[in-house]
Amino acid sequence: MQLALIVLLPFIGAVLPALMIRAGRNACAIATFTVTATALLILLVQAPRVFAGEVLHFRAEWLPSLGLDVNFFLDGYGFLFAGLILFIGLLIITYARFYLAKEDPMGRFMAFLLLFQGAMVGIVLSDNILLLLIFWELTSLTSFLLIGYWSHLPEGRQGARMALIVTGSGGLSLIGGMLLLGHIAGSYDISVIITRGDVIQASPYYIPALLLILGGCFTKSAQFPFHFWLPHAMAAPTPVSAYLHSATMVKAGIFLLGRLWPALSGTDAWFYIVATTGLATMVIGAWIALFKDDLKGLLAHSTVSHLGLVTFLFGIGTPFAALAGVFHIINHATFKAALFMNAGIIDHEAGTRDIKRLGGLVHLMPIAATMAVIAALSMAGIPPFNGFMSKEFMLEAAGHTAWFGLAFDPTVAIIATIGATFSVAYSLRYIIHVYLGPKRDDYPHQPHDPPFGMWAPPALLVVLVVLIGLFPNTIVGPLLATSAGAVIGADLPYYSLSLWHGLTPALFMSIFAVGAGYFLLTRHSRAVTFRERFYRPEAKEIFDNAVAKIVGWSRTGTWALQNGSLQRYLAAMTGMALIGGYGAYLGASSAPGSNPMLPVPALAVVGWLLLVGACAAVVILHRERLFTLVLVGVIGVIVSLGFLYLSAPDLALTQISVEVVTVILLLLALNFLPKKTPIESPMPIKARDGVLAVLAGIGITGAVYAMLRRDVDSISAFHLANAYGGGGGTNVVNIILVDFRGIDTYGEIIVLGIAALCIVALLDTAMQGASGRRIANWQVDMRRSADRHPLLLVVGTRVMLAFALVVGAYIFLRGHNDPGGGFIAGLVVAIALIMQYMASGFAWAQRRAGLDYHSVIGWGVLVAGLTGVASWLFDYPFLTSWFDYITLPIVGTFEVASAIAFDLGVFLCVVGSVMLALSRLSRVGRIAEHLDVAEGPMDVDPSLHPNGPPSETRPTSSVAAQ
Amino acid sequence: MIFYALVFAFAAIGAGLMCNLWRLLQGPSIADRILALDTMVINSIALIILYGVLQGRTVLFEAAILFAMVGFISTVAYCKFVLRGDIIE
Repeated sequence: MQLALIVLLPFIGAVLPALMIRAGRNACAIATFTVTATALLILLVQAPRVFAGEVLHFRAEWLPSLGLDVNFFLDGYGFLFAGLILFIGLLIITYARFYLAKEDPMGRFMAFLLLFQGAMVGIVLSDNILLLLIFWELTSLTSFLLIGYWSHLPEGRQGARMALIVTGSGGLSLIGGMLLLGHIAGSYDISVIITRGDVIQASPYYIPALLLILGGCFTKSAQFPFHFWLPHAMAAPTPVSAYLHSATMVKAGIFLLGRLWPALSGTDAWFYIVATTGLATMVIGAWIALFKDDLKGLLAHSTVSHLGLVTFLFGIGTPFAALAGVFHIINHATFKAALFMNAGIIDHEAGTRDIKRLGGLVHLMPIAATMAVIAALSMAGIPPFNGFMSKEFMLEAAGHTAWFGLAFDPTVAIIATIGATFSVAYSLRYIIHVYLGPKRDDYPHQPHDPPFGMWAPPALLVVLVVLIGLFPNTIVGPLLATSAGAVIGADLPYYSLSLWHGLTPALFMSIFAVGAGYFLLTRHSRAVTFRERFYRPEAKEIFDNAVAKIVGWSRTGTWALQNGSLQRYLAAMTGMALIGGYGAYLGASSAPGSNPMLPVPALAVVGWLLLVGACAAVVILHRERLFTLVLVGVIGVIVSLGFLYLSAPDLALTQISVEVVTVILLLLALNFLPKKTPIESPMPIKARDGVLAVLAGIGITGAVYAMLRRDVDSISAFHLANAYGGGGGTNVVNIILVDFRGIDTYGEIIVLGIAALCIVALLDTAMQGASGRRIANWQVDMRRSADRHPLLLVVGTRVMLAFALVVGAYIFLRGHNDPGGGFIAGLVVAIALIMQYMASGFAWAQRRAGLDYHSVIGWGVLVAGLTGVASWLFDYPFLTSWFDYITLPIVGTFEVASAIAFDLGVFLCVVGSVMLALSRLSRVGRIAEHLDVAEGPMDVDPSLHPNGPPSETRPTSSVAAQ
Repeated sequence: MIFYALVFAFAAIGAGLMCNLWRLLQGPSIADRILALDTMVINSIALIILYGVLQGRTVLFEAAILFAMVGFISTVAYCKFVLRGDIIE
């Protein structure tokens, strides 16, 4: 349980800083600190057991069918990483409290930091590789947020995007590799996988799995040629750089290399790919670092180089080299985090990170200078600091590595020494060019030592650098033994943690590197001119071009499919349906059915003629939009009649009311659209659409004919048999809606509400900006009659309102047993209300309606949902309906069903959605028409003026003159 | 007897509907077409009632009520659109 808690604490705790920032920056930082400190404390409590060699497990099932379980385990290696992440996290939190400016939103920063921390701890403690993948992706995402924290800076955004793209693509590769690995090993548990090295390396999938996994590791750990994102990620605030690039993010790839080392290492493929990449990265990173004038750029490339060093050590494949790799991870974390924070201090206090503008700072910032000198000397590998020892180990391992498998094969040793030389050069440059030399008088700020809170965290690390160097066995001996033991698995190789190993080859290589490095630095300006002579590929440019090209391709691809032309979509969909339908037709027997043909009454022929005539007229005259709308009305009438004739009264009632609402909706929109459809499609497109339409028509006709001449076995019989017994009603259609398929209906009314809200959102957006100005300047394109609110219409609709509401209530109440129900009733009531809006104007009617249609929709969904939840109280599944009969005096016996409450929700939702959509559409019209709001319900109110209207009560006549 | 009356009524209404279609397609003005649709709705109401009488069922009458009650709203909306452009001012 504690293991899960260590991972979960930062995630849960991420809420705290976001809230505590309201209590001030100190409260925010303390809250964050407490969360991390608690997690670290829980981790440390496990230390005795881990050091005793125990492996702690936590297991919980998540999706066992996929092999994805919440399995954590803690061994020495995981302990080392979790400890580094949390310990350096504490220092970073303290440092960030003083580093961030007042205007930087600290709550957000700390919340992101904790999320990232949780993801990192998740990676290093995961036992299940699928779980590890999830945390891996989480680190990519959260590091994106952290790197892009200063989102107002373009470099910040670009750097964050680049990091996300590179590490995200690596994550994809890793997913493939991990799935292969789990498949080969027969388990997704790391603790099992690392015991099955022989099986994995014998498998034919070994190479693909290895390549894919390395793709993930190398991108994350910025190995050549994927190293370019890391320097660009330096646009992040310094605490982020110090955290991500010393102990965490970039170490994730290295961590995985070490974690899977027992399973994957030892083959030729492993050696040549991993060791070569590591060696190349080490040398190239160090070489570039030497020429970076930006302090953080220098440190970034140095990080690339040191990551290459660790990768190289893991790649060699011997236990000693792996141990050296683990040791260097510890040392690198200490001195690199200290140096990053030091660079941040210089930036903060001197106002620049440009080495060319710095120098002589030792006189002004003695504390920072002391720390920088110690940490940089450790980075250079100078005794007596910890960096010296792991570098000695590295050179020792390199000296014993034969590239070509020959007896005398110094290639690797020479290249490693060259890398070490560059490393010495840039480390000394950090000391000499920044701190030593004469004091200058052109610093952007007057430099001075930072406040205690800012130098204490790096100071702590520097103390560690010294202590590990002087007393390695006491300070890190047990930790190194446990963690390296967890990687190597078998017994530890012989090694001695001390500064003096005698006159070994490694010592001479080291001495050479220091001398040559110092010499190189003294010739730095000449080296710069030498480097300028060569062509250097600019990674950012290449990357940007590649991204632009990929975006271009996908845009072309998308545009070919989705160019915004509805005709094209319709043609594509109809075409696919035709192909599918034709395929099915070819694959099955197509004999005509055996049911007898029914006689055709003459009246049905009349209906058919009307339908065909109206449809044909729509096709021919579709450019006249208003006329088309009238014709669509005719089709609606005939379809409603057809439903009635074919015994579907519910459908007919719905169709009749939907027709009315549709016509009103379309007319509202048509007011702002051209009244004639312009001719746009060229002849070939018309021909294509015509052929498709005819074929589709033939297909549908054939399908209907085939269906109607056969007996089709459907679920209808079940519904008919169970409607009364199961749903307590005799109207099967309504029972299906509120009971059998109740949850569908519930989803549908929510969708309906969302659609109405979307209309609001879209129209409100359209009222702003360019389209808003166009509407505000809209010119009326039709002559206007003076009758705005005719008396006859007003009086007629008032009378109808009462009728319509009664009919609505009636249809609603009896819906359970006879045609009707909430949906139809909702439409009828909505129409009754719309009548008033049409007759007396929106403003007048809205004042009297006093309904907020947003909340009507909300209430509808709520009532329906609560009805469903209520069945839980009686231990029934969601939306189980209940009914009983109640006898009241006078009224008599009647049925009470819970379904009616659900239907009420449907009713409210329909009324709210229809009214909201129409009122918003009409709002556009009111803004465009520039008419003053009419005060009275009608143009001329005879009750106010029994002797005829005074002339000034006809204000609208002036509008008509326009 | 009622059967013959019904058959006659069906024939008359059917002919009426065909005339409506003719007027609808012929126009010439949009008002003629809207009127044709409105008349078609009224004929449909009659048709529903007569069909209910023929079948001896009342269940169809509700559709007729609904048609009568809301059918004219479309007509009003069309007219308001022709006269004022904006149907909800």
